[in-house]
Amino acid sequence: MSELHLSVRGLHKWYGAVHALRGLDLDIPKGQVVGLIGDNGAGKSTFIKILSGVHKQSEGQIFFEGKEAHIRKPRDAMDLGIETIYQYTAMVPEMSIARNVFIGREKRKWGIRGFGLLDQKAMAKEAMEAIADVGLHLRSADNPIKELSGGQRQGVAIARAMHFRSRMLILDEPTNHLSVKETNKVLDYVRQMREQGVTVIFISHNLHHVHEVTDRIVAFSRGEKVADLMTPDTDVTQMIDIIT
Amino acid sequence: MRFKKIFRIKPDSSALLMLIAMMFAFSLMSPFFLTFGNFQIVLQPIPEIALVAIGVTILMISGEFDLSVGSVFALSPMVMVLLMSSGVPLPISMIGGLAVAALVGFVNAAITIRLGIPSFIATLGMLFMARSLTIVISGGFPPPFPRDLDLWWIVGKVDLLRVSIFWLLGIGIILGVWLRKFDFGSWIFATGGNQEAARDMGINVKLVKTTTFMLCSVLAGLAGMIQVFRIKAIVPSMGTGYELTAIAAAVIGGAALSGGIGSVVGAVIGALLIAFIENIIILTRVDANWFRFAVGAMIVIAVTINKMARDASNRSKFKDNEDE
Repeated sequence: MSELHLSVRGLHKWYGAVHALRGLDLDIPKGQVVGLIGDNGAGKSTFIKILSGVHKQSEGQIFFEGKEAHIRKPRDAMDLGIETIYQYTAMVPEMSIARNVFIGREKRKWGIRGFGLLDQKAMAKEAMEAIADVGLHLRSADNPIKELSGGQRQGVAIARAMHFRSRMLILDEPTNHLSVKETNKVLDYVRQMREQGVTVIFISHNLHHVHEVTDRIVAFSRGEKVADLMTPDTDVTQMIDIIT
Repeated sequence: MRFKKIFRIKPDSSALLMLIAMMFAFSLMSPFFLTFGNFQIVLQPIPEIALVAIGVTILMISGEFDLSVGSVFALSPMVMVLLMSSGVPLPISMIGGLAVAALVGFVNAAITIRLGIPSFIATLGMLFMARSLTIVISGGFPPPFPRDLDLWWIVGKVDLLRVSIFWLLGIGIILGVWLRKFDFGSWIFATGGNQEAARDMGINVKLVKTTTFMLCSVLAGLAGMIQVFRIKAIVPSMGTGYELTAIAAAVIGGAALSGGIGSVVGAVIGALLIAFIENIIILTRVDANWFRFAVGAMIVIAVTINKMARDASNRSKFKDNEDE
């Protein structure tokens, strides 16, 4: 097995009295595509939110490439190379494609972060390149996101993650609101990521999708890991049995 | 197609069209409308209401709301005048007054963000509290305004204008450029346009909102000071109702209550439109009670036009973008 990318040890999370994550241990090697499955409330989203810096764990340790990582806010996760594609589209509909690609991480001509003059030309150019790299062809980076379809928006989100040299990509139900054609496109993106050696954590309710694109499947139930299988060793029927 | 594109890119373009149409119509209605003397009268109070409208607009872009600006418009200069009458020099008194405004903005932000109270309610409370404070600290009597001040640099007359209009221009240009061309401006739009996305992408939305709340209050305080300098007197009731005029100007100028949309130019145009309506009613000797009716009608018309333009641009989605 190749080098470990992510290890978590004894991860707990309480939301008030709710024990959402109960001592999770998990190792993910570099370049693996891991499917995370489980019913609603199983703790998948809690785990993802801790990794992406939206919530902080109540207990436990996270090791990233062998070193302990303290993820307190989304920027900490981004600095580690963790990019997250959320089930809602993390885009501002009224803002341009270029601005959405660089949201929070704008390119500056001048100044420091928080007081910097935007380099709009460079952002538009690099946004178009990033979008083309994931196989999406849009006419102009200046058009607002609201004019794109749901699949195109997820394409831009993935382009954004790739542009910032994501080393670990988390997809949290990225196909939830998409049509069949758009969903296939997102699954294609995941395959592309695998070819580029990116570690992927893929969460979906659609077990067929999970089975199709992953190397390994981890199942959660009531905040605990209940199964950990290599994808070729299992099938969709067995997966349904595990999570119900 | 091109026409729609203009609307799509600039939310304030419908306000600009209304301004041009109204100036044309008004010049036909009264021969005095397009005269230097008339413009001098109309433009004199513009910097005051426009500065408040700019602050409210930027705050609305970030997704929040401030009803306390009319009260801060009185509180902040009241602090300044009281400091001056106890012998503090003018610049330091101004800074003192603006600091109080900033503090009010900070408290508004804290109540809204930390306690999770909608800003509409939080700032409604502040509307009463700040107004009451203004009256309490004045002791119930308007304090005398020092007569021997050199105020040319802020309200002096230059030809047909007052210097304050250049303050408005300067502040407007700086804030407009900041909103459109600087990263923090982009964060303001992102925070109001989709707060969850802004937060998840690493923007400190609390910092953004605290900044816009404080900026809004400080601009209201500065605007109040300009009015006090212009009329050389202060009454604790000044600025009553300005919050609604400022919100009207912001909305007419294209700002959306839902956040994420608006512009500095739009706020100024909105303020101008309201002032011109008041002016034409006086010039044509229409019963002045129609003024509020006209402003109300314009709010509805402006919002309707903006919505239609937005819907039209939404209908054209997908097809212009697919390039496969």
